[in-house]
Amino acid sequence: MSAHTYSAASGLQHEEPLLFEHAHEAATSISLPGIDADTTHLKDFERRNEAKIPGLSEPEAVRHFVRLSQWNHGIETGFYPLGSCTMKYNPRVNEQVVRLPGLAHAHPDQPQDSLQGLLALLHELQTWLGEISGLPHVTLQPAAGAHGELAGMMMIRAYHDARGDVKRRKVLVPDSAHGTNPASAVLAGLHTVEIKSAANGRIDLAALKANLDDETAALMLTNPNTTGMFESDIREICELVHQAGGLVYGDGANLNALVGIARPGDMGIDCLHINVHKTFSTPHGGGGPGAGPVAVNDLLAPFLPVPRIEKHEDNYQIVHTGEQSIGAVFGSIGQTGVLLRATAYIAAFGRNHLHKIAEDAVLNANYVLARLKEAYHVPFPGLCKHECLLTDAYQERHGVKTLDIAKRLIDLGMHPMTVYFPLIVHGAMLIEPTETEAKETLDSFCDAMLEIAAQCETGDTSELHDAPRRPIRRRMDETQAARSPVLVWPQD
Amino acid sequence: MSIPADLKYTQEHEWVRIEDDVATCGISDHAQEALGDIVFVELPEIGRVVAAGEAYAVVESVKAVSDVYASVAGEVIEINEALESEPEKVNTDPYGGGWIAKIKMSGDTVELLDEAAYTTFLEE
Repeated sequence: MSAHTYSAASGLQHEEPLLFEHAHEAATSISLPGIDADTTHLKDFERRNEAKIPGLSEPEAVRHFVRLSQWNHGIETGFYPLGSCTMKYNPRVNEQVVRLPGLAHAHPDQPQDSLQGLLALLHELQTWLGEISGLPHVTLQPAAGAHGELAGMMMIRAYHDARGDVKRRKVLVPDSAHGTNPASAVLAGLHTVEIKSAANGRIDLAALKANLDDETAALMLTNPNTTGMFESDIREICELVHQAGGLVYGDGANLNALVGIARPGDMGIDCLHINVHKTFSTPHGGGGPGAGPVAVNDLLAPFLPVPRIEKHEDNYQIVHTGEQSIGAVFGSIGQTGVLLRATAYIAAFGRNHLHKIAEDAVLNANYVLARLKEAYHVPFPGLCKHECLLTDAYQERHGVKTLDIAKRLIDLGMHPMTVYFPLIVHGAMLIEPTETEAKETLDSFCDAMLEIAAQCETGDTSELHDAPRRPIRRRMDETQAARSPVLVWPQD
Repeated sequence: MSIPADLKYTQEHEWVRIEDDVATCGISDHAQEALGDIVFVELPEIGRVVAAGEAYAVVESVKAVSDVYASVAGEVIEINEALESEPEKVNTDPYGGGWIAKIKMSGDTVELLDEAAYTTFLEE
């Protein structure tokens, strides 16, 4: 193995106290205006104590936040193979598009004839998402993937209720599902039943059949599922659910494995949310804003949220009416800034090249799998889709667990993979490289993983148990943080 | 791993100690080991009537949040309130101080395994 310079090697990283620790009284860089009101209507809610705003000069405040920002790891600082999250690179051109003044400064309440360009782009996105998913009717309203799940489950419930089939309240959820699935079903007033996976990590048809009845509202599934495997019985699964009178909800979290190649609607899925921050490269995390459009087939179309964007001849309109609609699930037509980035991304590939996303994502995951499958235990052998699943079974014999491996990767300059998920696999490590990584980056990651595996075999595992040693924070005591969280700075 | 012979176990890795018509319940040593450090236990309410196999408590670890299923049907008559401030007892003493609830049995149970059967089940 060749020698490496790891990007986390070390450098000038500033320790940074909390703002309150920095602060010196009365030295604020901001001159607050005096109070010009004699009375308030706050009554009992009026502040009794002085607001303790930290006193800092402007450069002190700027340095504080810049230093904290240097502790961040993002897709723009390094490899980020977080399974089930599709941490692909967000092309800069998306940012240019969304900053065009006519888009950036639009207001939802300005006259609609002055919004035609924006509405045309969003309508185009609706059409494209409908075509990509095979489910032609789309709402752009939901503000995140789980919000899309909730909207979808509300539509499914409304569909059954509209047919007078009000006893359908049961939602089947495989034990490999994302935790948001059962949560969304319950929030929509339904209850869930867990379906055990078969030994190959896929849905157990017998277990599914045993739970289907005239109270089944829906099956919620992710395809490929969270083990990175394609549900090869998907057509039969959907047929079984439909025969029992239920609908199939698709969690689009793993759409990156299918985009441009296979369509959930063609598989028999009735309703799918699309995480545009995953498949269509809009920024992740940071608490939002996000977007989770939902695509549905003809059965569910009447129940879509309003307002929707419709095209009437050459005119785009925000339509607020829908007799059977579940109503609004967001304050406006959706998070336009995020949705426009997704529009730009899809347009950049175009209809004829979108499939390359899925092909390269699947190729990259299988390359990593092929390089690591001897050194690490593979619970479900065979080709994976866009992410590969390993476990710590071989390393556990040497007292090294998934957590140690993940922490050691930080020392080697990479964000760890997803760990301990899916829950059905002991010591799971879920690796999703995405299509945007070069072979050299994949090789650095695989070299690091092989180095860790080799280190386990030597018997000297202290470097793994102590990891990470290089970053400004060493291993956190996650247990203590969860048992006794300190959330408020003690003021006095 | 500890599997006391005087207890019964379930395939969901709960244990139960049946004395007359009262069942003391918790999660097995294997379960606490697999979950990792427990940081929170959501206890059932006293007086709640549970069916055998029904989720009646929740244990949260640094890795995952898991339902705890009732191994017997009946009424919850006592809960281990100590777990509210010391959830780590589930890790350190799963069969003793880590007990979760006592259920006054109404008859029904899920399939209960003895020590040998549970050991075999774990090996599979």
